[in-house]
Amino acid sequence: MSDIVLDVKNLRVEFPTRKGVLTAVNDISLQIRRGEILGMVGESGAGKSMTGMAILGLLEPPGRIAAGSIHLSGDRIDDLDDRAMQPVRGQRIGAIFQDPLTSLNPLFRVGDQLVETICLHTNLTKTQARERAKDLMREVGIPAVEERIDSYPHQFSGGMRQRIVIALALCAEPELIVADEPTTALDVSIQAQITALLKRLCRERGTAVMLVTHDMGVIAETADRVAVMYAGRLVEVGTVDEIVRRPKHPYTTGLMGSIPSLRKDVEELQMIPGSMPRLNDIPDGCAFNPRCTQAGARCRRDVPSIGAGPTGVACWLAQEGACA
Amino acid sequence: MNIHRNAILEVEALERHFDVSAPWLNRLIERKPRRTLRAVDGVDFDIQRGQTLALVGESGCGKSTIAKLVTGLHPPSGGSIRFHGDRDRMQMIFQDPFASLNPRWRVGRIIAEPLRTLRPDTPAAQVMARVDELLRIVGLTPSDGLKFPHEFSGGQRQRISIARALAGEPEFLVCDEPTSALDVSVQAQVLNLMKRLQKQMGLTYLFISHDLSVVRHMADVIAVMYLGRIVEIQPAADLFANPLHPYTRLLLDTIPDLEAPKRDRTPMGGEVPSPVSPPTGCSFHPRCPLAIARCATERPQRQPDVHNRRVACFAAHSDRS
Repeated sequence: MSDIVLDVKNLRVEFPTRKGVLTAVNDISLQIRRGEILGMVGESGAGKSMTGMAILGLLEPPGRIAAGSIHLSGDRIDDLDDRAMQPVRGQRIGAIFQDPLTSLNPLFRVGDQLVETICLHTNLTKTQARERAKDLMREVGIPAVEERIDSYPHQFSGGMRQRIVIALALCAEPELIVADEPTTALDVSIQAQITALLKRLCRERGTAVMLVTHDMGVIAETADRVAVMYAGRLVEVGTVDEIVRRPKHPYTTGLMGSIPSLRKDVEELQMIPGSMPRLNDIPDGCAFNPRCTQAGARCRRDVPSIGAGPTGVACWLAQEGACA
Repeated sequence: MNIHRNAILEVEALERHFDVSAPWLNRLIERKPRRTLRAVDGVDFDIQRGQTLALVGESGCGKSTIAKLVTGLHPPSGGSIRFHGDRDRMQMIFQDPFASLNPRWRVGRIIAEPLRTLRPDTPAAQVMARVDELLRIVGLTPSDGLKFPHEFSGGQRQRISIARALAGEPEFLVCDEPTSALDVSVQAQVLNLMKRLQKQMGLTYLFISHDLSVVRHMADVIAVMYLGRIVEIQPAADLFANPLHPYTRLLLDTIPDLEAPKRDRTPMGGEVPSPVSPPTGCSFHPRCPLAIARCATERPQRQPDVHNRRVACFAAHSDRS
């Protein structure tokens, strides 16, 4: 068995609107291996969450996958209908979303929610499922499980709630977890606890994780590889070290430079002029060219490709050293 | 003392309590006691003219409550706030650039509002000219004044908020998480703008943020808050080079550092306790690795020492003596 868990090829997500078709995700290819954490970064609207939603089969209509394919451990999942997708989602792909308060049902005890999910995805009896729920709660680091299992979501703190959500995602031992901004709503000290937990689970169980976040710090601490998105396309994919220390794409370089440093004193932060184009207004050629200081004629004409390797950069300048 | 001479704001023993008791009938029947939340529990600091004081801390530590107390949106429950300046020349910038601008007003009218309120006899032509000037100062164009807020991106809206705050020619700005809703590349634009304006106009900032790297970039002095109290206050560079309070040390150790990512750090254990029933003594002692018996019973006080850095911690004091 190959150890590639998620294989996305040339994925394209479109939203038909009255003003024309908007392409939220454009020609994205990526792979995640067993036990690997792939970080997806980009600014709001870059398409990183949309990619996660497409993989989960949760695109809101009229959004649709217009081209490309998604394979999960060799099985094609992007063309499944809702009924066929349901057992895949939950059993084979777990999801963790940003706001733990809205991902849990406020009217049910957390134990019952865990038991329901476990029973849905496995053949365990209610009693067995309850034992399994307790094990999961222990595994994600919830203290005094015997008492807490019968509490309601509002009786937990934000960090503890996010642990419950992670326990829910783990119920059926999925091959892949899509975590969309899992720590954004949490304080830094709790954020560190949750990322440490995600990393440990990924290592121990060999789960592949797609970590979607806008926080470069979280990525630097957690991810093995990083995919940077801009205006619906991947602009650079590399190991976390490459992206953080030696970014190649001018956008990644600008992004890294605009984060205030904890060590150095700088009078002015580096900044990228302008802002990301709206989806209905993406320029020809490289989408970044109007904000790029090194853009040449070719950048305004042809879209650079990122290639098919595990790392790569979609920039004429970085690829060929010239963009005339 | 010399350092107090040029202070624009002096805050002493400031307290703000909120009554979070159950309704009186429940209290009567279920014999529940009255409960108070001490959002701000004895805080003192002062801000020098032309400088930036940053308040940092996790959610619920009372930093936004201080912003509301300083601007007079809440009356204090105890202590004093002395502002040595013109009350009309204090303005505020809020976190959410989507909620803080009236969606039905054109941008020009939004920016002109403080002028119309504070100096109602300014002639209309002069107001218009000032709005155009303000738009240019924050990096927008005068024609943007005719548009509505929804036509702008988050970063541009925050520029509009800044232009509005500048309209009344303020000397003191309270900025409550001004860039938390923005993407990093846009955040850099707004932070650079705020620094430039401070230098050009001699502004004083009370800057509230939970992001330590932003705070390090912006602040001259940093006050670290935990459960309604300031646990440590130091000049920015000193705080990062030599954090004195165990909470500050843990916080600095917990935040991801892009230059030196620690892939397998041990995160700070536990959570922030509820401010309704904070721990006795030093409120950080249940999470503190250095806690001694005294910390559980006695509340440490901050003591001014020669370097103007102050820390409320028994362990930190005994460290140095």
